[in-house]
Amino acid sequence: MTDIAKSGAALGEPRAVKDSPAPSAFLEVRDLKVHFPTDDGLVKSVDGLSFQLEKGKTLGIVGESGSGKSVTSLGIMGLHTAGQYGKRKARISGEIWLDGTELLSADPDHVRKLRGRQMSMIFQDPLSALHPYYTIGQQIVEAYRVHHDVDKKTAKRRAVEMLDRVGIPQPDKRVDSYPHEFSGGMRQRAMIAMSLVNNPELLIADEPTTALDVTVQAQILDLIRDLQTEFGSAVIIITHDLGVVAELADDLLVMYGGRCVERGPAEKVFYEPRHPYTWGLLGSMPRLDRDQQERLIPVKGSPPSLINVPSGCAFNPRCPYADVPKDDLTRTVRPELAEVGSRHWAACHMSTEQRERIWTEEIAPKL
Amino acid sequence: MLAYLIRRLLAAAVMLVVIIVVVFSIFFLIPKWAGVDIATSFVGKQADPASVEGVREKLGLADPIYAQVWEFFKGIFVGRTYSGGGDVTQCAAPCFGYSFRSEQAVWPVLTDRFPVTLGLALGAAVLWLVFGVAAGVLSALKRGSIWDRGAMVVALSGVSLPIYFTGMLSVAVLDIGLGWVDAQYVPLDESFTGWFGGMLLPWVTLAFLYAAMYARITRATMMEILGEDYIRTARAKGLREPVVIRKHAMRSTMTPLLTMLGMDLGALIGGAILTETTFSLPGLGQKVLDAIKNQDLPFILGVTLITSLAVLVANLVVDILYAVIDPRVRLA
Repeated sequence: MTDIAKSGAALGEPRAVKDSPAPSAFLEVRDLKVHFPTDDGLVKSVDGLSFQLEKGKTLGIVGESGSGKSVTSLGIMGLHTAGQYGKRKARISGEIWLDGTELLSADPDHVRKLRGRQMSMIFQDPLSALHPYYTIGQQIVEAYRVHHDVDKKTAKRRAVEMLDRVGIPQPDKRVDSYPHEFSGGMRQRAMIAMSLVNNPELLIADEPTTALDVTVQAQILDLIRDLQTEFGSAVIIITHDLGVVAELADDLLVMYGGRCVERGPAEKVFYEPRHPYTWGLLGSMPRLDRDQQERLIPVKGSPPSLINVPSGCAFNPRCPYADVPKDDLTRTVRPELAEVGSRHWAACHMSTEQRERIWTEEIAPKL
Repeated sequence: MLAYLIRRLLAAAVMLVVIIVVVFSIFFLIPKWAGVDIATSFVGKQADPASVEGVREKLGLADPIYAQVWEFFKGIFVGRTYSGGGDVTQCAAPCFGYSFRSEQAVWPVLTDRFPVTLGLALGAAVLWLVFGVAAGVLSALKRGSIWDRGAMVVALSGVSLPIYFTGMLSVAVLDIGLGWVDAQYVPLDESFTGWFGGMLLPWVTLAFLYAAMYARITRATMMEILGEDYIRTARAKGLREPVVIRKHAMRSTMTPLLTMLGMDLGALIGGAILTETTFSLPGLGQKVLDAIKNQDLPFILGVTLITSLAVLVANLVVDILYAVIDPRVRLA
């Protein structure tokens, strides 16, 4: 085992090497690009993303709407190519290694067989993500029987077992309910039961709590954590809410404009962030643990166009420190991820010392 | 589910009564307001005053409208005896009126013609469902392709071309020109093959129009459904794409199609006037056309009621099927 693997949800050296040998990490994404041709131009939803994830660890991917979080998860699941009707297909490139298999170059039918079994996904809105015409039980049974050659009775027993496991009361009765007969939290539990029915090794939760009310959110997050401990899966939690991943994630990856701007161990990204966008995210997060919270500081401006991404650093039009680096560097050269600490990278033209100073003197005291 | 069923049946029964009252009132009140003598139009213009008076008495036209409606309504269940003007006319139950002009009870004529229209509508429905829905689904799955564009051009022409054009054309080419089929109506109880051969062109002509509409609706609905989150979930489970389409997308696509089918079948069963006229099919549509030409009010009234009844029954069936397909409807 390499040092990286030992250190848990290892974040390997960022790189964009093609056709490199299979990595040792359980999941490794290398230079992932997902582009969508549209009438207005090429939408670069994800434009060169790399990360690694080990089993039993949780990676939080954070960013605002349109930063490419969900597109990344769909890309890993191979849901871009599946069901692409018509001429305009998503263009996807890079490498996605899952347990020694490269998914993008693999036979689509092979990837389909991995879907739902080795990797599965929890979606944002369980009401629209569950088929309204089939019972919860039918949908879980279907998910189980795709990958297991068992009769319906056995599969239904398994469904009841899973519903029980995710904390749905009277699972033997509720298994015959329809999604609309469940509350929002119960539906998300059922969704989780469905995605875990085949003991997947990789679980992607795409905004799993966004559609739920606050009291239920914590329950669902606890449930995901408990189940992860029990099954030992690798988990990716995608969210725009730093609070969601604060306790759950081992590592954090902050996305902006389809690229990673900062990643590292969660406590580092939280307490020693080294990218102005991460500062902005932290500043706009409501916190109850500080007395002197005056008002939230929003990140000014709006998310960048993914067709005409700002030249240089994509964040430069919104960055209060865009003029700190010399020679108009922020507007002309795109910053690459650079190490700012142990297993901690950020993409910014300011020097590490400058950022350290701004963080400790200007940003941190206001939070 | 049972409660839903009972509710729907009760609603349908109430609706039926309302329809009978309204339709009857329209037929008997509006001429009165317009100053037209109903008795005269019942008998015919060349009638002698004595028989007009007889009909007036037989129909009870001097009575208030609700009494007339009641007599008519009662007649449906127990039959009716028209007396007046010195003679007595019997109309057995179910009595949907009596044409004094052609000296016929309405109901037996309707039942005589009904199978022709029913056969036409059902046969065409099978055709248009099979071809229309299949074309729509394929177009949705291969959107933007040559197939999709071709199918939609055909569908557009199907919607735009009138029945008497496509009907005449098919007769001219396939029957008279090529002699492949014999577009001659043969009753079903005489010869199945003869009936089938005779119905072939009417079916195809009628189905062409409807298949076009169904193909377009299917395509649009399917494309919308394929963008739904639960389709993505189905794929995320690792289901094969054909299973995703058949089991998940098709089931949702069926609901709007079912609604349309209920309306269309109901309306067609009341008489596909254009198709029946084009192919000289002795169905309800042709009868109602004759009745309109001859101002034979009892028949027009009878066919109108039958049409309403057919729409009502078809929609009842649709509502029930709807609840079978969509569990959320059962609660409503």
